[in-house]
Amino acid sequence: MTDTFIKTLTASQEWPTFENPAFVTPKPLADAKVAIVTSASLHHEDDDDFAPVDTGYRLLHRDRRDIVVGHWSPNFDATGVTADLNVVFPIDRLEEMAREGRIGKVSEIHLAVAGNQFDLSGIRMDGGPAAAKVLSDHEVDVVLLTPV
Amino acid sequence: MCTRTVGTLAHIIEAAGIATVTIGSIREQLYRTSPPRGLFCDFPLGRPLGIPDDPGFQHTVLEHAFGLLGATEATVVDYPEVITDNADEVLVCPLPARHDPQAHPALDEARGLRPAYERAIAKFGNRTGAIRQLDADAIPEAIAAFIRVAEGTFWKEAGIPGIPARAAQDIRGYYEMAAMEIAGHTPAAWAGYRWYRDETATGRVIKAAQQAMKDTGVKEALWRFLLPLDTRPT
Repeated sequence: MTDTFIKTLTASQEWPTFENPAFVTPKPLADAKVAIVTSASLHHEDDDDFAPVDTGYRLLHRDRRDIVVGHWSPNFDATGVTADLNVVFPIDRLEEMAREGRIGKVSEIHLAVAGNQFDLSGIRMDGGPAAAKVLSDHEVDVVLLTPV
Repeated sequence: MCTRTVGTLAHIIEAAGIATVTIGSIREQLYRTSPPRGLFCDFPLGRPLGIPDDPGFQHTVLEHAFGLLGATEATVVDYPEVITDNADEVLVCPLPARHDPQAHPALDEARGLRPAYERAIAKFGNRTGAIRQLDADAIPEAIAAFIRVAEGTFWKEAGIPGIPARAAQDIRGYYEMAAMEIAGHTPAAWAGYRWYRDETATGRVIKAAQQAMKDTGVKEALWRFLLPLDTRPT
């Protein structure tokens, strides 16, 4: 019961609180530009690996599948994403949804961050806002976030 | 921890004026982080969309997730289907026969798995194999270093190439990729890891090295992540 054990052990980790959290009314999904942001520490083969403590992001390009899992944590099953990138980063599913008109368009860029953040202040104060700016600059309307 | 991170990012991105939908794999972390729209998917860690190579299942998960965009206030809900870790299922994967009886069993085993590993790379690409800190050629040398640790050499003097946890991650990736090729299918979540940890000579070496590091007072951060958290030295 590896999975249950790890989930139970990490369930009580301290969690952040947000005063006056934002809530955006989105445009219809069929008109929206959609991006994925994953905490799976993915990066392209020629991009920098993630450092043990890394609050930055890596760009993932829509048309590239040369993606490496650079996560520092051993606490997830890696065979699923080995067989099928989409089980973590559902880029092909978004492309299918766009072709069917269920989403407006797939963003040219997507983002990955390192999920192993013991201290979330770096993500809250630095990496997160920088990532949000990139998404805004690319006129993304909706973001799907996925962990590992 | 990843669920907590994506939940946090959702708040930040939403504050920048972009609507978010967050999939989470750890219930407490998702509900407590309270992203604007959250879908708790009780699926194995590492498989947030549920089932690899099942586009239909993945689309259904996405329909539920994107369906939350219609909510008029912050909401976190459970996905109706659960995929549990298959208890203690271990991947059935025959190991190569001994080739060099003079070699340590772990080194002989790792060398014997190389053809399967190469076939797996050709089939799947190198997304999770020996790629982070080591390449495949360096795997036996890294295993030899952990053998020395298990046999009593202080870890700093054992010749571990780089950071121990990263080297161990590459070794595990090498083994799990080879196993997927030999078994001929994608294993149930964690089954590949349990096979590596419990059935292979190298898995036993890493466990023994972890125990030796703990026993000799090495800082926990250096041995804790040699294997997932369910493997705990005594």
